[in-house]
Amino acid sequence: MNGLTHVLTQVLVALFQVAAVAVGGPLLLGLMRKVRSRLEGRAGAPIHQPLLDLRKLFAKQRMRPRDSSWVFGAGPVVLVATVVAVTAVSPLVSASPPLGQSSDFFAVVFVLLLGSVLLALSALDTGTAFGGMGSSRSMTIGALCEPALLVAILAMAIAARTSNLPALVRVGISHPAVIASPARILALASFLVVILAESGRLPVDNPSTHLELTMIHEAMVLEYSGADLGLIILGESMRLVFLLGLFVNLFVPWGVADRPGVLFVGLGLLALVAKVCAVGATIAVFEVFTAKLRLFRLPELLAGGFVLALLGALTAVVR
Amino acid sequence: MNVVYVVTVGLAGLIAAILGGALPLASRVGAAVALTWLSCGAGIAAAVSVLSSGHVISLSTTAILPLTGVTLVLNPLGALFVISISVVALASTLYWLGYASHGLDTRSASSALPLFVTSMLLVPFAASVATFLVLWEMMALTSLVLVLTDQSRREAARSAAQWYAVMTHAGAAAILLALILLSAHSGGQTFADIEAHARHLSGAVRGTIFVLALLGFGSKAGAVPLHVWLPKAHAEAPGPASALMSGAMVNLGIYGIILVGNELLGGGPVWWWLLVSLLGVVSALYGALYAATSSDLKRLLAYSTTDNMGLVLIALGASGLFGAVGRPTTAAIAMVAALLLLINHSVFKGALFLAAGAVQAATGTRDLDRLGGLMRRMPVTGVVFFVGALSVAALPPFNGFVGEWLLFQGLLHGLPTSNTSVVISVAVAVAALALTGGLTVAAFVKATGIGFLGRARSIEAAEAHEAAITMRLGAAALATLCLVLGLVPMLVLPAIERAAASAGRVSATSATGGWISLHLLGLRGVLAPSLLAGGLAIAVLVVIVIRRLTHRRSHAWPAVNPVEPWGSGRKLQTARMQYTATSFAEPLQRVFDDVIRPSRDLDVSHFVESRYYIERIAYHTSNDDVLERHFYRPFIASVRWWGQRARRLQNGSVHRYLAFGFVALVIVLVVVA
Repeated sequence: MNGLTHVLTQVLVALFQVAAVAVGGPLLLGLMRKVRSRLEGRAGAPIHQPLLDLRKLFAKQRMRPRDSSWVFGAGPVVLVATVVAVTAVSPLVSASPPLGQSSDFFAVVFVLLLGSVLLALSALDTGTAFGGMGSSRSMTIGALCEPALLVAILAMAIAARTSNLPALVRVGISHPAVIASPARILALASFLVVILAESGRLPVDNPSTHLELTMIHEAMVLEYSGADLGLIILGESMRLVFLLGLFVNLFVPWGVADRPGVLFVGLGLLALVAKVCAVGATIAVFEVFTAKLRLFRLPELLAGGFVLALLGALTAVVR
Repeated sequence: MNVVYVVTVGLAGLIAAILGGALPLASRVGAAVALTWLSCGAGIAAAVSVLSSGHVISLSTTAILPLTGVTLVLNPLGALFVISISVVALASTLYWLGYASHGLDTRSASSALPLFVTSMLLVPFAASVATFLVLWEMMALTSLVLVLTDQSRREAARSAAQWYAVMTHAGAAAILLALILLSAHSGGQTFADIEAHARHLSGAVRGTIFVLALLGFGSKAGAVPLHVWLPKAHAEAPGPASALMSGAMVNLGIYGIILVGNELLGGGPVWWWLLVSLLGVVSALYGALYAATSSDLKRLLAYSTTDNMGLVLIALGASGLFGAVGRPTTAAIAMVAALLLLINHSVFKGALFLAAGAVQAATGTRDLDRLGGLMRRMPVTGVVFFVGALSVAALPPFNGFVGEWLLFQGLLHGLPTSNTSVVISVAVAVAALALTGGLTVAAFVKATGIGFLGRARSIEAAEAHEAAITMRLGAAALATLCLVLGLVPMLVLPAIERAAASAGRVSATSATGGWISLHLLGLRGVLAPSLLAGGLAIAVLVVIVIRRLTHRRSHAWPAVNPVEPWGSGRKLQTARMQYTATSFAEPLQRVFDDVIRPSRDLDVSHFVESRYYIERIAYHTSNDDVLERHFYRPFIASVRWWGQRARRLQNGSVHRYLAFGFVALVIVLVVVA
């Protein structure tokens, strides 16, 4: 009986985290747009506008290019599914998420990569120049992000002696000195650069561009419509919230529910919302004052991120 | 009983080769395949009995090779290699049944292919210097015959075979030297004798032997800078042969390094393993970079082999480093990671090369820029390639991921350590690993996306037909194995640990544990591949159901309407407007311009009437191997130059030769006196 309740709580926590991220994703997009428009002197759409957009999209008809295969339809589904799967087992609201023992940072990164790869493949499946262009550029950026990301994880993992995500968050709560260590700070700085690049924000990609030739991510999803487009927008926004949630919990772990109980989970959610909103708004402010980098200047940015992570790893070892 | 297996491996292979050469066209491939299967089956039986009981199989006879005799011993390490080779060989020979009509049913090919498989199966059995070298040479020669299969139709095959012949024999010479040095210093030529004496040799001799072996075996494994033959030979070899070369033969290069480094010499100082890691880092990055920028499907796969062998070498080097600085647990994990990476590579690269062979057979080209849309024309081959591509890109839930995860864990838990060179090399290895991973993903998105998705870029691709049933079966079997090993790597891990434990000083019999989740014993690292995949599958199902539920009744069924894609207002789009492999790789090529230095050629021709109107533009870019261009070609040219000079000495005049003889005699007399 005890085992059953345990499993049930675990499932509930998982569903709760997924639901929070699924609702929070579009809302964060709305918040970031609102901040931008206010700073640019416009009133802007209401914060829940992306949710309304999603409802509209899911009611519309789906189209596919004439020569596409099953991969085109699989792309959005796998994108959302990968984010859902990693959200369920990561320490976002609770520091001991379901299956937390096997929630490994490397595994999370590679599962998310699976979603990006499927999306890049479905962009090529459209058989158009724009799809190929977006796919090629996003794969180039992805390839250059990878070293920064993995070395950043290594830097954090060396200090904690494990790459287990809940353990990495908990070590911050029990030993606050770890967070202030140069290894963790440098690694998180590099992680933030990677988050911006991977989720297509400025200065890497302009999410509100309307010119096909400058698009990266938008070019990839140009052919999607209806529910498929809705899934992509949902998946991308969930991924942004998930990555930012991970980032804030690694950087400021306080507030994460480190023991069971409805109260603690509720507090954990509040803390997560507050922290992610703060970071999201900061990114939005930063975006107002930043121009998009040229595609071939990006390697410099990402190499900078990589160097930060490498320094972090070295300080973790030398310590 | 066990000895019967060993004899069966050899005899069945030999008879298969004879029948393949002697029988008429209608029956020769069938007979050769049946007997090769028998040979592989016996190999697997022997290997399983060794791995499950832990007892070695040994057989020694002087009846075959005069003077030295044949010594065959199968230990757990060899058994693991026998199994990996057998699995690829079973699938490839099944595939061969369907592929034979594409020029692989000649007497020479039908005879060489079984002999190639058998000699590969027997190399891990070899337990004396003479036996090893004979089998090694047999493997090289039979594969050379297979590379030459298409030589009458393709000039490139002939040149590839020349490169292969020279490089493999240079490698064999280095191996020969290493083994001769070993046996000369230990007074016996069986590996047991050598193992007993090798520990007492001086450091310089041991170092020389190790470096020679590393060069020789590294060239077989395609380690940079000795890899030049690999993208040529693996690309030119016909479908099943390229799968065998890339999925099975390169393994034996790694086997050789473990054999000499860990088993015969019993491990060594830090600098050996730094050298191995360095070789691995360079190979991984170089291979991944060329795979990402190459537009020939099989050349891309071959460069990816170099990249994967680089990863294995990194793991092997890390294992040695941790062993040398007294970290037995992490040393064991790194060794297990190396062997798991190797097994995984055999499976997915076998599947990929078989799929690529099917594409070549169906369309007559390997050029990605002329393919496209094959996922709809060749659904099974397409899915096999898709699965193989995700595996090689180390994406869950396929097998490549587990190996890379284990390697990351090994490297991570090896730090911090007091030895600075180890620290730096591990950090560099992780960075290289990560960049390699990113480039590999880009390479295989390109190969799958350009080759199999979108629109057909040529008539051949538009009219391609799915491969024969046996070809589909053989390739699909390996693809299924990719998924199975990705979900339950524990199926092979016990065998790998036993093999790693027999590979010298590493005590790996309990490096990992658990059935559903993979625990690293003694360390904090857990991975649950099947739970991860289960979660993903449930999430996929839920999302599909949600998408289906939102479908409105008023909309037509099927839910998805095929339409013309958006063309910026243009009404019709042609296949030529799509991105090609070359354009896909252009950004990466530009980022790494200084490394690969591609040659570009832009040719603009104007109309005669006015130079403001352009008649046509021809753009040509080629990224042939930079090492080949800047090292091997100048070297060959200088050899040729010296050869021309040397010819002047010989003008055919008897007087001159007499004079040479006289001068030589005088010199000898002066020296002796």
